[in-house]
Amino acid sequence: MLNSQEIALRLERILPQVQKPGRYVGGEYNQIVKKWEAVATRVALAFPDIYDIGLPNLGLAIFYEQLNARQDVLAERVYCPWIDMESHMRAERIPLFSLESQRPIIDFDILAITLPYETLFTNTLNLLDLAGIPLKSSQRGANHPLVIAGGHACYNPEPMADFIDAFVIGEGEEVIEEIVDTYQAWKRTGQDRQSLLLALATIPGVYIPAFYKPHFQPDGTMERIERLDSNVPASITKRILAKLPPAPSHFLVPNIEVVHNRISVEIMRGCTRGCRFCHAGMINRPVRERSIDEIVETLQTALDSTGFEEIALLSLSSSDYTRITDLVDAVTTRFAGKNLVVSLPSLRIESFSVDLMEKLKGSRQGGFTLAPEAATERMRTIINKPISTEQLLETARAIYSRGWPMIKLYFMIGHPDETLEDVLAITDLCKAVLAEGRRTIGGRAQVHAGVSTFIPKPHTPFQWVSADSIDQIEAKQALLRRELRGPNLKLNWTDPRDTMLEAFLSRGDRRLGSVILGAWQRGAKFDAWQDQVRHDAWQEAIADAGLTMDFYVHRERFIDEVFPWDHINPAVKKSYLLEEYRNSQTGILRGDCRQQCYACGILPTFTELRRLNRGDYWKCPEVPARKIAAQAK
Amino acid sequence: MIRIRFSHSKSGALRYTGNLDMQKVWERAFRRARLPLAYSQGFHPQPRINQACPLPLGFTSTAEMLDVWLTDDLPLDQVLAAIETAVPDGLKIQTVETIDLHAPALQTQVDTADYIVTLHQPVDAADLHNRISKILEAASVMRERRGKMYDLRSLIVAMRIIEPISEHIQLFLTLTVREGATGRPEEVLLALGLDPFAATVERTQLRLRAQNPETL
Repeated sequence: MLNSQEIALRLERILPQVQKPGRYVGGEYNQIVKKWEAVATRVALAFPDIYDIGLPNLGLAIFYEQLNARQDVLAERVYCPWIDMESHMRAERIPLFSLESQRPIIDFDILAITLPYETLFTNTLNLLDLAGIPLKSSQRGANHPLVIAGGHACYNPEPMADFIDAFVIGEGEEVIEEIVDTYQAWKRTGQDRQSLLLALATIPGVYIPAFYKPHFQPDGTMERIERLDSNVPASITKRILAKLPPAPSHFLVPNIEVVHNRISVEIMRGCTRGCRFCHAGMINRPVRERSIDEIVETLQTALDSTGFEEIALLSLSSSDYTRITDLVDAVTTRFAGKNLVVSLPSLRIESFSVDLMEKLKGSRQGGFTLAPEAATERMRTIINKPISTEQLLETARAIYSRGWPMIKLYFMIGHPDETLEDVLAITDLCKAVLAEGRRTIGGRAQVHAGVSTFIPKPHTPFQWVSADSIDQIEAKQALLRRELRGPNLKLNWTDPRDTMLEAFLSRGDRRLGSVILGAWQRGAKFDAWQDQVRHDAWQEAIADAGLTMDFYVHRERFIDEVFPWDHINPAVKKSYLLEEYRNSQTGILRGDCRQQCYACGILPTFTELRRLNRGDYWKCPEVPARKIAAQAK
Repeated sequence: MIRIRFSHSKSGALRYTGNLDMQKVWERAFRRARLPLAYSQGFHPQPRINQACPLPLGFTSTAEMLDVWLTDDLPLDQVLAAIETAVPDGLKIQTVETIDLHAPALQTQVDTADYIVTLHQPVDAADLHNRISKILEAASVMRERRGKMYDLRSLIVAMRIIEPISEHIQLFLTLTVREGATGRPEEVLLALGLDPFAATVERTQLRLRAQNPETL
């Protein structure tokens, strides 16, 4: 294996020959380079896609700042090399290296990979391979890095169970410290890898797949997950933080263009709206808000330390931030006249949102985005996102009249029980919005419709649902293309094969390990890139494993079916999800759970945490203890 | 409003940051330094930062220049102190001076640049010397770049092997960097039959038209 000097020497020659060599050299303002020998534990933080996408990732920014704040730890970064760089690296036998010190990744103690979405799985295998780390957890020894992963896609860890030593379920800020501490204690004892894994398995929120064995029924469905060691928990409950920790502020400032060049501050975590298709809305409960003071101070520190010209106030639903007007006023007052762009995503469909955006001047060029998700009242009831068409049109009117010539509308097709009429209604609605624009500002008005396809995600009320077949999706998309045309109307849609792949990967069980490996061996990588994804490789790998996509994606589940992810507990009960599924079928809407508790399971799961953190920091309403006890059932 | 001319070096990881991205690197550095950048008017206000002459990706330099407009009339030493601590690794400010607000744009004033090229491939010095002489003696050296023919010879002001020769052979080049007439060191290397990927290049001097004795 080359050392860091040899790597640097070979890079000298290679870098001038690749696109955007700045991806591979680090050196960003706020980069932290520590002395390798001066720390006990070295962590490599990986985002398994290219630098351009990985650098702005907020999750890695949190861990980078947090881990490097520890005296005894250094954290460096690694991303996937783009195809041109990968072929040079393989030809020159350059192992995957960290950006800060050009150290081979295999020299680190821990490789921590963020998996926010499933189409990063093959890239993860590619990273391990480029690093020279055995792909399978079972092939690694005491001298290999501990490979851990976290992020939204890990709420169903089974598809990647063969390759990851330890998964973090839920929020990672506390548990990463515990993992590092456990690792250090283990290293001092000089025991074998198995004892490290066993020690890690006792940390709440850590899932070690090696200690669990899935059993399947003759029909291919899950029978149960068997615990192979009585010391590991039967079910792994996600970790949460009672209060959001201080937000990162010393963001890395890239020296080349990346997808988001900005300061991101989470203004709150979680969402109380309960849209039934929404994975993020189910797994990120409860809602916790940061205070306005904390947000503004973080922004000030971040602006001073980065010089960025854009800030993003992130949340799943900005309009639901309790004092959103005060927050926007505080931000605009403090940072007015500084040539700053402020973005505030995920606003509710109401003219009040236009008031908010109007305060954030300068961001008007980009168009105004609304996400009705569905166009008929019936469909909106099914998905539990009730907005009236009248309210949407009124909001559109306000948007056009206050200076935005373009409205982006996000919809989803393929919702449960959707008919072609529901799809047709999307086209009618877009035209109605455009007509409002024409009336208000004339021929300049535009509508861009982005229509994605629903995926029945694990841990959501729709986890029992079958996804539309490719034929159904294509018929719906053809209808959209036929009807949604004309001047100033633009339509974007997702390739149904991409959707199916994502659905397959997100709903998979442990047998997908051989599929993911097989697809990667056949050349699949960068599955999130439309021009790179290799559906042929996936088809072959699925067939080779004796599996079908239909079984995972196009099959309605039995109500009492054991899911591959049932031993992962997002603190939202399966019985609650089922109740919500039934509500969707019987046309029952559920409101904002800030107003009324629907007993999803958060409060009984985190009773102690809640008791220690009284007050309105959590946006769950106060529920009497005896009622919480009843919710546990 | 003041206009300040900075000269600076560029090295390290920033070698791989191109001219367009450098614009952002500077903008953010000035914002971190809390220096009051002047912005252009219009729908997309842009900071008034004006780099003299693009440095090709991968090159280091000890002789870059840029003009920056600030809205407040700040003392130069204060500007220098503020920006010095705000630049990323790889940038080092060398000089600062105030420039007339209406002086012509830097890009229109750059004239010639010196480069030191270090060859990492084994080359016979005598043979290379002959090749250099051949090019310098030629009336024209036609080369094709991006589908267009041009005369490289007319862009070479000076070219020689640096004596005495140490571990690696080094070339000294003076090339024109006028708008529309910029000599590229890697083109010179190719014309000499050398591998540009086996060479490191440093720009060591940037001359403006008004001060350039070679072309006056």
